[in-house]
Amino acid sequence: MSSIIDVEHLNYRYPQQAADELTLRDISFTVAPGEWVAIVGHNGSGKSTLAKNLNGLLAPAAGTITVDGQVLSEETVWDIRTKIGMVFQNPDNQFVGATVADDVAFSLENQGIPRDEMLKRVAAALKQVDMQDFATREPARLSGGQKQRVALAGMIAAQPQILILDEATSMLDPRGRQEVLATIRQMKAASALTVLSITHDIDEAASANRVLVINDGELKEEGTPAEIFQHGEELIKMGLDMPYAERLKAALKRQGMQVPATYLTEKGMADWLWQLRSNK
Amino acid sequence: MMNKLIFGRYVPGNSVVHRMDPRAKLLLSFYFIGIIFIANSWLTYLVLFAFTLAAIYLSGVKWSFFINGVKPLIWLILFTVVLQVLFSAGGGHVYFQWGIITISQSGLINGVYIFCRFVLIIFMSTLLTLTTPPLELSDAIEYILMPLKVVHFPVYEVALMLSIALRFVPTLMDETEKIMNAQRARGVDFGEGNIFQQMRAVVPLLIPLFVSSFNRAEDLATAMEARGYQGGEGRSKFRILKWQMRDTWATISFAVLTVALILLRA
Repeated sequence: MSSIIDVEHLNYRYPQQAADELTLRDISFTVAPGEWVAIVGHNGSGKSTLAKNLNGLLAPAAGTITVDGQVLSEETVWDIRTKIGMVFQNPDNQFVGATVADDVAFSLENQGIPRDEMLKRVAAALKQVDMQDFATREPARLSGGQKQRVALAGMIAAQPQILILDEATSMLDPRGRQEVLATIRQMKAASALTVLSITHDIDEAASANRVLVINDGELKEEGTPAEIFQHGEELIKMGLDMPYAERLKAALKRQGMQVPATYLTEKGMADWLWQLRSNK
Repeated sequence: MMNKLIFGRYVPGNSVVHRMDPRAKLLLSFYFIGIIFIANSWLTYLVLFAFTLAAIYLSGVKWSFFINGVKPLIWLILFTVVLQVLFSAGGGHVYFQWGIITISQSGLINGVYIFCRFVLIIFMSTLLTLTTPPLELSDAIEYILMPLKVVHFPVYEVALMLSIALRFVPTLMDETEKIMNAQRARGVDFGEGNIFQQMRAVVPLLIPLFVSSFNRAEDLATAMEARGYQGGEGRSKFRILKWQMRDTWATISFAVLTVALILLRA
């Protein structure tokens, strides 16, 4: 058994859809243990639907999903959910606990783990994401990045084998995004975690070992980040965000302006724009 | 403003009262409201005041918080007192009589007693909310409702709902603020015009707030399910309540108070 996730001919249709319309069409792929796979695609391409199929939040119309040797079915779904940790997009809407420590403990409470064990695991998990000083804080007093790190601590405490990030960094500011990505890299280094990240963020996709491109419910392409990134401008069509400065540069170029060929940060871009007139 | 109403209430501290078991605090506060009605003389009210002030002193919370607790209710209290004074046809010397209005000695005394009762109840319940975080109160309520499990009342679920509701209050406050600012930017004027215009201005605030709350609820349900939530049965608890010596002592002091009141009662 070399794969931890095995998806075969997965079809999915939302209840309100007609019989011939499918949100996911004939998707097959495997993920090896310890691998980091990025799933990219447009809004509405079916990426999040795919993620929700993997842990049984949605039930496929056809096809089989095997997680760690168990075929997903109504009997195995709760087992499989303990193996998969999922972090969602909105930091606020997945914070169940009234305090940081309570939220980290939520999965453990659900599994009925004894309190002594919980206390140990919660403390260790908070330490790992560097949030130990915030244990008794309320979520309203945390930043988005901190909330997502608490969500990750919840995953660490529950010790899943697979972590699914459903656009987990998309609502964060650049700094929060960096913090969360750093935490994920560190989690991966600490254990043989398998990561599936659904993302628009080019940095996050670049961290992966492999990128799957989903378009219109179908698996269009798969390859290493380097292979996928060669597509250049086409990346946007695939649903990856080019950095803002690069997009602006491309747009200016289309207007027939001379733009610097080197990569500019947002600040560099702003400086260049300020001086555009005076340098002429 | 609203934020202060609900969450500004808890005053963090480390006093004996703060460290008491929330179950003890909640039950004893209710019990206190009951035994106030034993008092029927100046001496008994004096004892009750002494007891309440001692409890407040032990909590280390500033007196001004308690005075502020009475302020919003002062008109209600005075209204009740005035009714009592004007319309009680009790005994004693009659100072003034006109139609159904009678001001008598016993009416005046009863008025003062009612005023004392209100103040005592407000002081004690303010003490409870000032020294107990909302989350601990919800834990206490869960414990107290536990016997209802016999009749299949979903105690765990209700307790979780309560704690989630508390957790989302600040989030929804922020959201309201954001929506208000967005509406202001489009020229809506909150707090201007007559009462009906002000009420009208709230409608475009409530609708987006409701929509986003439902979206949040759906997201939260998905996240909870993904994290293995299958209902209250079989869950272990992270937060636990511990009954300690100080809670036993508090209970004993309330028992002593009750006995004293019964003995001193006129």
